[in-house]
Amino acid sequence: MKKRVFHPCGNYHENYADQLKVYETDYGRCFAAAGLIVLFGLSPFVASPYLLYILNSIGIAAIAAIGLNILIGYTGQISLGHGAFFGVGAYGAAFLATRCEIPFLLSVPAAGLITALVGLIFGLPSSRLKGLYLTIATLAGQFIIEYVLVHWEDVTKGTMGITLPRANIFGLEITGDIPFFYVIFLALLLMLWLAVNLMRTKYGRAFVAIRDNDRAAEGMGIPIFPYKLLAFAISSFYAGVAGAIWAYYTVSITAEPFNLGLSVEYIAMVIIGGMGNMSGAIFGAVFITGLNELLRWAIDLMMNMGMVTQTGLNLAPLREFVFGLVIVLFIIFEPRGIAEVWRIIRSSFRLWPFSY
Amino acid sequence: MLLAVNNISVVYSDVIQVLKGVSLSVEKGKIISLLGSNGSGKTSTLKAISGLLKPENGKVTDGEIIFQGRSIQNQSPEIITRMGIIQVLEGRQPFKYLTIEENLRVGTAIRPNKSCKDDLEMVYNYFPALLARRRARAGYCSGGELQMLVIGRALMAKPELLLLDEPSLGLAPLIVREIFGIIKKINEEQGATIVLVEQNANMALQIAHYGYVMENGKIVMEGRAEELVENPDIKEFYLGMAASGDMRAYRDVKSYRRRKRWL
Repeated sequence: MKKRVFHPCGNYHENYADQLKVYETDYGRCFAAAGLIVLFGLSPFVASPYLLYILNSIGIAAIAAIGLNILIGYTGQISLGHGAFFGVGAYGAAFLATRCEIPFLLSVPAAGLITALVGLIFGLPSSRLKGLYLTIATLAGQFIIEYVLVHWEDVTKGTMGITLPRANIFGLEITGDIPFFYVIFLALLLMLWLAVNLMRTKYGRAFVAIRDNDRAAEGMGIPIFPYKLLAFAISSFYAGVAGAIWAYYTVSITAEPFNLGLSVEYIAMVIIGGMGNMSGAIFGAVFITGLNELLRWAIDLMMNMGMVTQTGLNLAPLREFVFGLVIVLFIIFEPRGIAEVWRIIRSSFRLWPFSY
Repeated sequence: MLLAVNNISVVYSDVIQVLKGVSLSVEKGKIISLLGSNGSGKTSTLKAISGLLKPENGKVTDGEIIFQGRSIQNQSPEIITRMGIIQVLEGRQPFKYLTIEENLRVGTAIRPNKSCKDDLEMVYNYFPALLARRRARAGYCSGGELQMLVIGRALMAKPELLLLDEPSLGLAPLIVREIFGIIKKINEEQGATIVLVEQNANMALQIAHYGYVMENGKIVMEGRAEELVENPDIKEFYLGMAASGDMRAYRDVKSYRRRKRWL
């Protein structure tokens, strides 16, 4: 039997394989397994329908955020059009499902591929632009896609929107929150697994090299432009898959939600969660979606209290205000995101009582 | 005593300890040289003095730094600069979109509203190469010119204490000699107190009055420059010749043992 070891108090990797390990100790693996059992075995049955809806939203947002994290956190590029890519995925799935009658299992990855192609095109400016300039260039992508979604009526039915058929896996109909919970979180797990392992390959290391020093990366023989495009494509693929699942989940879609606000929300998830960290994207999705719902609930509660209703005060803008404030405070106090807080908590256990 | 560093320990990010009890003292009007191999803590010592540890998430956790009778450890760099400690950063960091002259004028930021004409004159006097290029953007200048520029910029601030971090980095031997000559001249004529961090031990000990040798975040040896040059260990480990004067061979286990003893 293999020896079970605790986490060592320093970095004691002895070879490259050690460095590439996903779980450094068996305890990490055990905790992950326990977490998955609780997630899949328990949470859908104890959660109320509303809570389950929030969980599902978090799952979908997390898929998109992981994709954006590959682009922003790992490759150092930026896209202000991720919300629109999400929309392309949703419309792609809707189109394939209604016109071509392609089943759920095929239409979701196909929608992802369509989005990857679109993302590739909007990644083209990255060949010459960096930083703020690239941000503005991708902003154009957001507006162009939004315009196309509304005005290309043959395909998107314009402002009427599209109603999707029920999702169907091998004759099994998926409706309601609990079946979708399993679909969403299995997809999240698969996409997370893909992303984590992608970052352990030469492609992942090339992305990080481009982020850290693009000129040095080029000097060491990494073809920067193809890799940047690849990052855009992969990132859009994630957004497309998330959008496609979301389209099936909400049944009827219009172009309205895929606005700039959604794009900014995804960027906020990546930044608050922790750039360049897979768990960060998930933390970010949980935090932003959770905070949104929590504030909505709190404001509703306050609005319904007798005193406030009588004064006729409108508290609705308070939600936006608090939302912005929390994000700003978070960035000031922990610029490296929730993942960093999590790392500090873990390592303080590990290093106690002598940290150096 | 202008500056006294008493037994400081420096920790980065709360976990990485780089200085383990460093003490040194700097007398007014002298050149002090800090020698040591890469990663021995020379630059961290300078940054602890000038306060530039802060932006790098480092701090002085123990001991104290006393400058002109006031303790300055963990102060913010702009306050320390205003007290008269100017650090010339490693690797030449000019403002590359300003011209040479504009760069020099930035050096007077800590004493605004005063004429800086005399000071400019003085800097151009020491570095005639800069005068010829005064209207050129710093981004277009060569390494040697930039090194002169950043030293000149520091001089414009009229420092009580000048901290020079590796002024010879990446420069041709002839330019290195020129720059060291100027540093010595500045010290003699202006009476500037200088702490000099260098890899080029040979050059540094030629112009310094006193030297410290660092290894592994500790000071392992100190002494007057003339004595250090004569020390057999220094000769062997830093000046690159064996005690007998021959090139040293790696087979020579004795020297390894000797070095090991004082680490």
